Amino acid sequence: MEVVYVGLRNTPESIAAIALQEDVDVVGLSMHNGAHLTLAPLVVRAIREAGLDTAVVVGGIVPNNDISVLVDDGIAAVLGPGTSNEDLVAAVRQASNGARRASRP
Amino acid sequence: MSSEARREWQRAYDEGPMRESGFETISGVLVAPVYAPESAEYPGRYPYTRGPYASMYRSKLWTMRQFAGFGTAEDTNERFHQLLDAGGSGLSTAFDMPTLLARDSDYPLALGEVGRAGVAVDTLADVETLFDGIDLGSVTTSMTINSAAPTLLAMYIVAADKTGVDRERLGGTIQNDILKEYQAQNEYVFPPRPSLRLVSDVIRFCSAELPRWHPVSVSGYHIREAGSTAAQELAFTLANGFAYVESALAAGLEIDAFAPRLSFFFNAHIDFFEEIAKYRAARRIWARWLRDRYQAQDPRSQQLRFHTQTSGVSLTAQQAEVNVARVAIEALAGVLGGTQSLHTDSYDEALALPTEKSARIALRTQQVIAHETGVANVADPLGGSWYVEELTDELERQAEDTFAYLDDLGGGSMLDGVVTAIERRWFQNEIGEAAYEFQRKLHQGRWTWVGVNAFTEADDSAPATLSINPNVEARQLARLRDIKANRAMHVVDAALARVRGDAADPEVNMVPALIGAAAAYVTLGEITAALETVFGVHTERASV
Repeated sequence: MEVVYVGLRNTPESIAAIALQEDVDVVGLSMHNGAHLTLAPLVVRAIREAGLDTAVVVGGIVPNNDISVLVDDGIAAVLGPGTSNEDLVAAVRQASNGARRASRP
Repeated sequence: MSSEARREWQRAYDEGPMRESGFETISGVLVAPVYAPESAEYPGRYPYTRGPYASMYRSKLWTMRQFAGFGTAEDTNERFHQLLDAGGSGLSTAFDMPTLLARDSDYPLALGEVGRAGVAVDTLADVETLFDGIDLGSVTTSMTINSAAPTLLAMYIVAADKTGVDRERLGGTIQNDILKEYQAQNEYVFPPRPSLRLVSDVIRFCSAELPRWHPVSVSGYHIREAGSTAAQELAFTLANGFAYVESALAAGLEIDAFAPRLSFFFNAHIDFFEEIAKYRAARRIWARWLRDRYQAQDPRSQQLRFHTQTSGVSLTAQQAEVNVARVAIEALAGVLGGTQSLHTDSYDEALALPTEKSARIALRTQQVIAHETGVANVADPLGGSWYVEELTDELERQAEDTFAYLDDLGGGSMLDGVVTAIERRWFQNEIGEAAYEFQRKLHQGRWTWVGVNAFTEADDSAPATLSINPNVEARQLARLRDIKANRAMHVVDAALARVRGDAADPEVNMVPALIGAAAAYVTLGEITAALETVFGVHTERASV
């Protein structure tokens, strides 16, 4: 597996552009400042507008009440505080498979 | 027959003020202010392992300084007034992410972040509102900000000037610790060298005009929260402290003119005795280096004073109420380690900013330690414990190994060694490896974390958390538009031209130009953009 770390201070559009260029299976967003409800859906939208069906997963400080909101907005998985490494790997694997299946004709 | 050390300690102790307290156990046993054999080290005496003061908490309890900030300046001003009305004497300001990154609320990357994790500040107008109705000459204010520190300090000074408070009366702390941003927290803007110049400018300005201000709070907290060990937190933080000392000396300051105003900020994590040993080792190392390497004569230059915050990353989202116990244990370590001020985290902080209720329990936890447990009666009550003394020595040895490595890397300069190590990502990699090792321990069950990998509960409902009003961003943007529309542009342009001009001349102190810009309601983001034209920006290396 290859991980492309794109660093801090990206926009939804720059993340979508990198996802397109690198042909990634999953985009992971690390969000700790309470901006997830605003920004995560914008990333999903930018990725879809780039013509991709890449899954987007969010990890970080996300209160329970916000998880269903994010899922409704098209986030494949939300990994909150205390997520184990196994759960994290399983969620990324599942998100990646889901996206691959969906992209096959 | 008492030793000279004991007599000197007694003299200093007798001179200090005393709190109203019986200083006795529940059984009525009278308690001595310190316990030690005649030949031992005493608190308030070099090398200060046992505390910077002879009387420690018998004279004055630590300051209970709870960090607060959210929404707009009005929202946080209201919280400040509540805290002061409840008997608080110190304020501690949390800024939102755009402010921390020295950008305005209308900066494209600020979307969704305005007022979320702290208070939004764009111009002097926000600072005036933030402290409205508060006498800046009688409170002390802590501002947790780094890249934007010189500008925020300038805004604070102008706000004080305009309310007629003399600069000599301004007391407080600005974090202004840029080195740990590259190492751990990532809230940098400019490259390390010009950033260090700004730190030195603030130190120089404060030593001339703000004698009661702490111009830097050298912070291990964020290094630890990023995943370092206690030993790394100790070594990296003190190395950064030495780098600031060398940077200020290179700028032409005398060591005893600024070193007494340097302060520190450490984490209180869950490994109880190691934390206590860490604080004791920090005081001893700082005293020796300041005296021997930097020739500080003033005892206040050699005395390390610090703020403590309990560890955010040690808290769990699972069974969140259990965090009250973690915070109490961590806070107790800070107190037994001799902290000068303390913030206790709230039990819901793995999930969100604290609610009013959770923040109140956090403060009450400190009050229980201060007033019920009796631990404040005796200075360094664990001094002489074979275990704690050995751990103190061991952490000191490990820190000295790190200093030797960095000093060598810098060719005899800790400043160059630290900057080179940042550029080579040495700190970042060391911290990253420690964080990964901790996750492996957790995964393999070699570390037991209650509620996470042991003693879990199937039906674990989270407590109600604070939500930030979604109107905050719109309100702040409207306010910023209004301020910008009502400025004299030729004044703004002239102020920014001076900022650029002064930035280009390393011999000039930047702070006066920043004060001029703040007074002209130039925005934080405009100042940052002007500085960027001269200093450039620091970018982390992306990795594949």
